[in-house]
Amino acid sequence: MADYDAIVVGAGLSGSTAAYCMAKAGLSVLVIERGEAVGSKNVTGGRLYSHSLEKIFPGFADSAPVERKIVKERISMMTAESCFTVEFASDRLKNPASASYSVMRANFDPWLAAKAEEAGCDVVCPAVADDLLRDGDKIIGIRAGEDELTSDVVLLADGVNSLLGQKAGMKEELSPHQVAVGCKEIVELPKGAINERFGLNDGEGVAHLFAGTPSNALVGGGFLYTNKDTVSIGLVMTVGGLTTSSLRLPDLMEAFRESAPVKPLLAGGTVVEYAAHLVPEGGLRMIPTLSRDNVLLLGDAAGFCLNLAYTVRGMDYAIASGQLAAETVIEAREKNDFSNAVLSGYVSRLEKSYVLKDMKTHKHAPAFIEHTKRLYKAYPELAANVLADIFTVSGPSRLIIRKTLPKIFKAGPFGLLMDGLKGSRAL
Amino acid sequence: MNVAQKLSLNKFVVDEGNPHIVIHPEKMDAETIKALTVVCPAGLYTLDEKGTLAFEFAGCLECGTCRVATAHKPGAMEWNHPRPSFGVQYRWG
Ligand SMILES: Cc1cc2nc3c(=O)[nH]c(=O)nc-3n(C[C@H](O)[C@H](O)[C@H](O)COP(=O)(O)OP(=O)(O)OC[C@H]3O[C@@H](n4cnc5c(N)ncnc54)[C@H](O)[C@@H]3O)c2cc1C
Ligand code: SF4
Repeated sequence: MADYDAIVVGAGLSGSTAAYCMAKAGLSVLVIERGEAVGSKNVTGGRLYSHSLEKIFPGFADSAPVERKIVKERISMMTAESCFTVEFASDRLKNPASASYSVMRANFDPWLAAKAEEAGCDVVCPAVADDLLRDGDKIIGIRAGEDELTSDVVLLADGVNSLLGQKAGMKEELSPHQVAVGCKEIVELPKGAINERFGLNDGEGVAHLFAGTPSNALVGGGFLYTNKDTVSIGLVMTVGGLTTSSLRLPDLMEAFRESAPVKPLLAGGTVVEYAAHLVPEGGLRMIPTLSRDNVLLLGDAAGFCLNLAYTVRGMDYAIASGQLAAETVIEAREKNDFSNAVLSGYVSRLEKSYVLKDMKTHKHAPAFIEHTKRLYKAYPELAANVLADIFTVSGPSRLIIRKTLPKIFKAGPFGLLMDGLKGSRAL
Repeated sequence: MNVAQKLSLNKFVVDEGNPHIVIHPEKMDAETIKALTVVCPAGLYTLDEKGTLAFEFAGCLECGTCRVATAHKPGAMEWNHPRPSFGVQYRWG
């Protein structure tokens, strides 16, 4: 008889969601987390699109430690001397069914893990699952230091680096083209100053992405999210491109924070933390084996994350995959069959849900984002040049079309058209 | 603010004498070594005057980027999580 029905490795969003749903259905569940406290190893941008958690905890945002509801989206194209920003503010962003919230994982993850604990799970931390326990070929649990713990099923929710996913033979080592490295500073600012600078009311927030100079023409970009009384600011850079960079990542980060559009937003603020984490962005092509006898892969460990340049999504997929994994394990418990015959139902559930449907819809996005190099230099420069012509007045005027057309011809109208077409099919 | 100053703001519990990442520069080529000095968000890989790669594991943000950047060079490093209670402890994350 195994110690538990299920052992979940990792109390991130995918792991705690799965644990909660399984415990609610009466299964015995152990969650093992390597952080000193739940959440203390975790980093996101970031904003949580609430829809997937809303299904499990309706109205969660009223009691969960979310930071601000995102009511304003900004995208900036930066060059060395200019910055072109599009801003979208709308009541539609506040609609409960599609709302999103800025979150800080060291606060948010303990809330979710506590829900799992209340539902009856054992949550053990800090403990590192070092390896899988086997009986011949069969995976029967995990080893954590001296301890051996057994279960009918092991849910690997151990995040993007998923060393255990590799040990289970379900995924290969990550390639530098499948992941980006995100680095991030937390800058403390009074709540009132954040409201004034970003034009927000209490509880409202902005999500701001930056393309162009922040990545120094490499694949990547900058981000800024407002929290209650801090601002999250950082860079996400595809590792493959970054390896060829002439500048070090910490120096790119510093240059971004000191850049003209960003510096005044953070003036007088105090940096209180510096964090880094990988982001899976390989899309459908990096999805590993998701189920085998006695094991499932969840969340980032399964590569369920999309970087679409105008938004990053991983947290809502992590939560959804946790819920679907739990449904599958509950069925396996009922049938008392934890072989892949039943556990592969997880893959069918993912295929029917938006998790794998979205990965398929955006299957061309990773290649588009990595190979359309003009997104990171030529296009921000084109936008800046055209707008500089329109808005600078130093004497006689010309028709806008006469000012802009030569610039567009210089940038290559055919390439622009092709990139536009490819982009519209990828993003 | 340089990266060392930023790292000094973080809470770390260093597992003295017990690095969770062990590097083997002799298994890397010049390009890979150069990449490590560029990609690490904490700037923990540096070259001395002789061009030898040095690595300081205290200050590691546990992102995994160095492992991915050397994945094409088998044996270039052993990368593990720190033992329980050690490593970075994010207070915001
Ligand atoms: C810079 C950045 C910006 C992002 N921006 C956004 C955004 O704006 N919106 C969005 O939706 N997504 C965003 N993402 C992606 C999102 O953060 C992830 O997709 C999400 O956190 C994945 O959740 P998870 O539960 O699968 O994994 P994680 O949150 O990584 O959880 C894994 C857990 O497993 C634990 N663990 C790992 N190995 C072991 C082990 N061996 N033993 C015990 N415990 C272990 C870890 O400590 C951790 O708690 C961003 C990511 C980054 C890095
Ligand atoms: S894991 Fe990340 S922070 Fe740590 S040494 Fe490697 S690249 Fe640097």
